[in-house]
Amino acid sequence: MQMTAAEQTAEQAEADMKQEEATPEETVKKSGKRKLVAREERATVGEMAVENPRMSCRNVDVYYNFGEKKAINNISLDIGRNEVIAMIGPSGCGKSTFLRCLNRMNDTIEGCQVKGEISMDGKNIYDKDVDVVPLRAQVGMVFQKPNPFPKSIYENIAYGPKIHGLVQNRDETDELVENSLKRAGLWNEVKDRLDQPGTGLSGGQQQRLCIARTIAVNPEIILMDEPCSALDPIATAIIEDLIDELKQEYTIAIVTHSMQQASRVSQRTAYFHLGDLIEIGPTDQIFLNPLHQLTEDYITGRFG
Amino acid sequence: MSNSDAINGSGNGRVRTMDIVNKGLAKRYKRERRFRMMGLSAIILSLAFLSLLFISIIANGYTAFEQTMIQLDVHLDAQEIDKENLAAANYLGLIRTSLKKTFPDVKKRRDKRKMYNLVSPGASFMLQDFVMRNRHEIGNTITIWVPADDDVDMLMKGNIKRDVPESERRMNDMQLSWVDKLIASGQIKKVFNTTFFTAGDSREPELAGIWGAACGSFYTLIVTLLLSFPIGVAAAVYLEEFAPTNRWTDLIEVNINNLAAVPSIVFGLLGLAVFLNFFELPRSAPLVGGLVLTLMTLPTIIIASRAALKSVPPSIREAALGVGASKTQMVTHHVLPLALPGMLTGTIIGMAQALGETAPLLMIGMVAFIVDIPGGFTDPSTVLPVQIFLWADSPERAFLERTSAAIMILLAFLVTMNAVAVLLRKKFERRW
Repeated sequence: MQMTAAEQTAEQAEADMKQEEATPEETVKKSGKRKLVAREERATVGEMAVENPRMSCRNVDVYYNFGEKKAINNISLDIGRNEVIAMIGPSGCGKSTFLRCLNRMNDTIEGCQVKGEISMDGKNIYDKDVDVVPLRAQVGMVFQKPNPFPKSIYENIAYGPKIHGLVQNRDETDELVENSLKRAGLWNEVKDRLDQPGTGLSGGQQQRLCIARTIAVNPEIILMDEPCSALDPIATAIIEDLIDELKQEYTIAIVTHSMQQASRVSQRTAYFHLGDLIEIGPTDQIFLNPLHQLTEDYITGRFG
Repeated sequence: MSNSDAINGSGNGRVRTMDIVNKGLAKRYKRERRFRMMGLSAIILSLAFLSLLFISIIANGYTAFEQTMIQLDVHLDAQEIDKENLAAANYLGLIRTSLKKTFPDVKKRRDKRKMYNLVSPGASFMLQDFVMRNRHEIGNTITIWVPADDDVDMLMKGNIKRDVPESERRMNDMQLSWVDKLIASGQIKKVFNTTFFTAGDSREPELAGIWGAACGSFYTLIVTLLLSFPIGVAAAVYLEEFAPTNRWTDLIEVNINNLAAVPSIVFGLLGLAVFLNFFELPRSAPLVGGLVLTLMTLPTIIIASRAALKSVPPSIREAALGVGASKTQMVTHHVLPLALPGMLTGTIIGMAQALGETAPLLMIGMVAFIVDIPGGFTDPSTVLPVQIFLWADSPERAFLERTSAAIMILLAFLVTMNAVAVLLRKKFERRW
């Protein structure tokens, strides 16, 4: 039989449709084994509280455009000490928004309002008397796209400690720069060219430079907003190893699109869906035995 | 049948996509070619006009860089010159005596007056200067080159035609014969016109120079730069980085854009009313000129600076805030250095605009006839474009070439300023 390309494509699409129709039946079969919380249910499933949390969020609502658009809906979540907590979910689910609430980075967005309580070591960071400058020194952030300053590698690291007065002289600065780069696993690659622009490094190196810049200020918590989404698998693997090491000293909250990454680096995982925190629990449990239908859908790749 | 066959178009019966695409292709390319040609011809046309402008200005003006000089043998009579009071001597008389010796057969009073006018009225001042510098020459006969009158200068440059009837010529046959005699004896020659670059304005074209106006322009631009750059940048930084977005800032933004479009003479009227009449600042002064031009350039600088600030990527701001920089630190340490090249470009464009501005300065008296070279910000002075306007208004033929020459100087100023802007931008530009 002779077919044009158009006919072929149409046939392919039809075949796809059939498969699509078949899926719900399978789902019913699967869910028959375990009892899953229905898709319509929006209350958080799982244990969100931990003992002696570093940060704890209660009933957090976030609005954009002066209250016109609600981005986050009544989220309560604890972040424990020296743990890596991963936040996953489809695009636009509010996980980045939530992360940016934790060091008040959302303050810079005009019309963004945060309600509820987010406290660090028992102190609400949205209280009137809290200064964002020391807060951000305590809660560092690594962004999605590597964003080194257009300055030398040395200045990139030294900038934060300098403005906070953590270093007094050149020797101390040298030492801190070396330490930070070593802890970020970048020292051996850049030790001979500290005076070169940080923007001249490769993407993975730039991201490690940004991590080194963040830990140079000696924060207690590091927020990572999809730190590997612009990197290749090798650079990603290096950064994941780094996160594993850093959790000895720091609390890390990481937003990621990659479920493999979440399962590799984190101890607890939170699944967000359209501004709701759907499920929170130990990473193994989330990926092997999710309790909510939406989580199950997401991790099995049905959407997202 | 495979996919590649479909693309190559060997199908059956049905209308294939490729056929439709191919059919329209020629038309599409034609349209693109036409569009390119239109752009190219626009550029060629503007280049042609630009070169026409340059050619006409240079053709009219290059002769102004030469000046005809006449050689005179002057006897510095010791009886005429009082050694104690050199300024009191009759130098004009000495020049005239020397001319009488050169043309002994001129007897009539009227002819004599014409003969005296062969040299510039400035000749006696040159002679006085010479005597003051060389006291020991008093009593001797010296040889001195003095500038020729502008009519002689025009004749030498061929701007007064010898073949038109005597009655329609500015110089009669007798004057021509005197010039011919000077040419024959080698007592007349054209030299580089240093007066043009060192003197202030004058009613006599051969004594008029651009230096006074250049100094005036310089002082005016210094005032403009010192005021408009810091104020403009500060306003832009505040509006872009710190001001909340509300009705008031919207209103301010709209009005800044409106100010950029206000005719410049209106700023001149404002300057007249506020700076001269209310604050009673000196008239014709570069200080007031600079203030008025500051008002005029500010919108340009603010708009350009805001655009430069906007173009700094948000990731740099986030990075700075992320390590705990305060907002002011973020702006001064990271955003401003990155926005500086753009701000400088805007400032230089504003400055170039201010350099060429005439209308507002007319209103504050910088159009006055000022001979002295200004020595400071409050001395009366004029500026280059106003000088061009004044000379273009003068009836003497010799001012025509000086007008063109002054335009060349102004353009040279502008090109230099733009070159400096490009260099600065290259120097400060960083990639991210």
